[in-house]
Amino acid sequence: MSVADTSDDLRALRDARPEVAAPLLEVDDLHTQFATARGIVRAVEGVSFTVDRGEVVAIVGESGSGKSVTALSIMRLLPRLTGKIPKGRIMFDGRSLLDLDDEQMRQIRGRDISMIFQEPMTSLNPILTIGLQIKEPLQIHLGMTDKEAQDRSIELLQLVGITDPERRLDQYPHQFSGGMRQRVMIAIGLACNPKLIIADEPTTALDVTIQAQILELMKNLSRQLDIALIIITHNLGVVARYADRVLVMYAARVAEQGAAEAVFHDPRHPYSMGLLRSVPRLDRPRGGKLETIEGLPPNLADASTACRFAPRCPFRIAVCDQEPPLFVTDTGSLSRCHRHEEIASGKITWSAAGGAGLNFAANTTAPVLSVRNLTKNFAAAGGLRSSAGTVRAVQDVSFDIYPGETLGLVGESGCGKTTVGRLILRLEEPTSGEIHFEGVNLSTASPAELKAMRRKVQVIFQDPYSSLNPRMTVGQIIGEPLHVYKIVDGRGQVEARVAELLENVGLRPEMAERYPHQLSGGQRQRVGIARALAMEPSFIVCDEAVSALDVSIQGQIINLLEELQRKFKLAFLFIAHDLAVVRHISARVVVMYFGRIMEVADRDTIYGGSLHPYTRVLLDAAPVPDPSIEKQREPRLIKGELPSHLAPPTGCVFSTRCPQVSQECREVVPPLEEKRPGHFAACIKV
Amino acid sequence: MTMDSPSLPAVKPRQSNVYLDFCRQQPLGAVSFVIIVLMMFAGIFSPLVAPYDPLTIDFASLLAPPSADHWCGTDAYGRDICSRLIYGSRTALVIGFTSSFVGSTLGAILGIASAYFGGRIDDWIQRFVDILLAFPLIVLALVVVAAFRKFSVGGVDVNLIVAIAIPILPRVARVVRSAALSVRVMPYVDAARAAGYSHTRIIFRHMAPNVVAPYLIMLTAFIAQAILAEASLSFLGLGVTEPTAAWGLMLSGNAADFYRQAPWMILFPGIAISLAVFAFNLFGDSLRDFLDPRFKL
Repeated sequence: MSVADTSDDLRALRDARPEVAAPLLEVDDLHTQFATARGIVRAVEGVSFTVDRGEVVAIVGESGSGKSVTALSIMRLLPRLTGKIPKGRIMFDGRSLLDLDDEQMRQIRGRDISMIFQEPMTSLNPILTIGLQIKEPLQIHLGMTDKEAQDRSIELLQLVGITDPERRLDQYPHQFSGGMRQRVMIAIGLACNPKLIIADEPTTALDVTIQAQILELMKNLSRQLDIALIIITHNLGVVARYADRVLVMYAARVAEQGAAEAVFHDPRHPYSMGLLRSVPRLDRPRGGKLETIEGLPPNLADASTACRFAPRCPFRIAVCDQEPPLFVTDTGSLSRCHRHEEIASGKITWSAAGGAGLNFAANTTAPVLSVRNLTKNFAAAGGLRSSAGTVRAVQDVSFDIYPGETLGLVGESGCGKTTVGRLILRLEEPTSGEIHFEGVNLSTASPAELKAMRRKVQVIFQDPYSSLNPRMTVGQIIGEPLHVYKIVDGRGQVEARVAELLENVGLRPEMAERYPHQLSGGQRQRVGIARALAMEPSFIVCDEAVSALDVSIQGQIINLLEELQRKFKLAFLFIAHDLAVVRHISARVVVMYFGRIMEVADRDTIYGGSLHPYTRVLLDAAPVPDPSIEKQREPRLIKGELPSHLAPPTGCVFSTRCPQVSQECREVVPPLEEKRPGHFAACIKV
Repeated sequence: MTMDSPSLPAVKPRQSNVYLDFCRQQPLGAVSFVIIVLMMFAGIFSPLVAPYDPLTIDFASLLAPPSADHWCGTDAYGRDICSRLIYGSRTALVIGFTSSFVGSTLGAILGIASAYFGGRIDDWIQRFVDILLAFPLIVLALVVVAAFRKFSVGGVDVNLIVAIAIPILPRVARVVRSAALSVRVMPYVDAARAAGYSHTRIIFRHMAPNVVAPYLIMLTAFIAQAILAEASLSFLGLGVTEPTAAWGLMLSGNAADFYRQAPWMILFPGIAISLAVFAFNLFGDSLRDFLDPRFKL
């Protein structure tokens, strides 16, 4: 195995391939920099890869790793004043993209290369009809007449699976759901028969069942029409299911690149190894603690000649002070690690973390929280004075949570899981139903009892960027409840307690001086946890507490939550849409759909022997990070989308999408029944 | 595309460059700021700066044109116009600042409360604001000043300040409410509510600091309006009364009879008013552009 420079490696790889045709896209030693107030940020350093016709290449990495910037550099869509490409070559279909003038580049964008963005809600213009927006590129790039463009648009909408295309063309984006809008975006991307589509997190904003539909569609289209696809994502499951080749990026550089099977089964870089181990997985038995990559990614404004991953790498040695080149490894993939041979020979493995991650509480004690027939209706705003109807956000929801237990609450967006959390926190008043906390009925409780309960029930929010008051220091944020509730006396005592809380969540006491914007996402989430702990609660609602975090940070926070749970005997209501995370952390799981509970059972029962068709559909739709499993698996897609809250389905709420639906399902609302001991499901078919 | 690397250096937000950045991005704002500082200097140190006493009547030089002795000439009583302008800036600033401050602060509190409580309370506050907004600023000020008796503390006309503050209040309340509405739905406000903090604590500790930018912008913008209102009311004889030096007052009275022979009598107070109003307005605008990241390049 020879040490060669990057471009030699690539050439060698390319020569080894049987086909003689030049690749469609060839990125060679790309460097991208941004001039910022904090100095020059090197967002991409020496990235090289090729994409063949009809190939699906995935770029994976955490936020700030340079994956989106790579895509923007190819499209030449960097901010004009601050972004620069000082070095590198991008060859596309025989032309060097970096040497084209703006006019020529404009000809290529949208016609030969098109891009699909993450947020389908904002990437369509809300005041133009869908038809106009699809026809626009056709008329601009291909010079079609209105009639031709109209016919082609109808064809495109059919291609992406939108029914009744003639009528849909005259509609506006707000009349489409999120998944449908992403289909429209794909139709626009396909409009001019591009050779390459770059999809930047195309399904991150979508629910699992919709995500599966969209990805399947993109994959089929790329196969049918021989379009190359670059998928940028942080979701390893998505990569495993769809990618032929993978680039793992870390801190502006490629850590490892190669065939999907090679990278997933035999990673040859400690970062890819760690990344794959730190994700909770649906396809493996649940271990104890999640393994995590400790520490934080480096600051890209600091130039460095050492291995970028070395500070977080458990296997670093002296030679890691030198930036490693991309080595060709035994699996044929490229790895930027000096010790790749030792990894290949099995000398270096991540040690399995100790067990004792399970938090099963004895169900014999009285529940800490019990919810009975909870219902919440919102009035949907109609015209000026009238209300257009009621949205039944939560209907007839009942469950118990025992001390020290974690109850997972899963469901897709709009299923009412967040509303349940807000009702328990008394941020919303329930329309009907009862919540008992430690035996006290909250709807009849006195103000004093309510105030006591406020202290005992705390919350951790999803977004670590908006859940902390930007005008307060960390110390003030954590110290405020201590001061208001007089939990400790005196300024010195408060400071000591704040330092203790910071240590509990794994932060240094000096952090108390800082403002939230000076912290990273994971650190902020830790501050949010410390704030909740300051109240000395017995129950915490975790509303998507880890879903905004990067994979390696997510593992750290999950481990922290579990550790704190054991230490302080906390009960959690863990609201999330990520099934693997919920499986990892919960003792019991509640599955919600469209405001109703579908199934409640022990974790292993839900994931091993679920009864309700919706639960099974949900589990099927979630991709697991293993290419062999994913590529063999038949895509079992669920049709359709969430029904409208203004025209709810009669009978079972899932009847509009259920694969086992019968006439009876559309007539009766199925009650939540105990089908087996401790296993409840709301379905008449089981 | 976020370029924020998660490992930010452990420094406080940089403060030192803020003034320099402001001058570079908002040159007009910087010029207005200089004018404002000069005005404030003249107002605060009037007795030291002014060449004459503003009230001393000098019959030897009635309606004297601008000269080396009297830079801006004298009025019909022989009082030095330049000195009266300098003392007038004191009146203008005291009334301008206090009324804008009182009006904006009360308005901001009302706006935040309105956004925080929502529902019926919000409806009632906003209808009340609608009523006040229906009157032009100067008309409402006229009504209030006419309805109350003259009341002054330490030479400052409190009724005038109240009269100008009242019409400012609803305008600020409306703007601050819209800013507060977006703060209201932030998770940190939910977190404060979930912690069971009192309404006052949430409003003043968690919401108010986050709507400071629009409040500051409104405050500076309304200083200009307040100075103009004070000048107008004085001109109409409802504001500051003779012999106190005030810019509006200098334009009224016998200035109307003599302005053909002595145009300097109205020229210089007019310039002073315009300059002050321009300066505060421009400064407010620049401040808005500077503080609002959406206006940044």
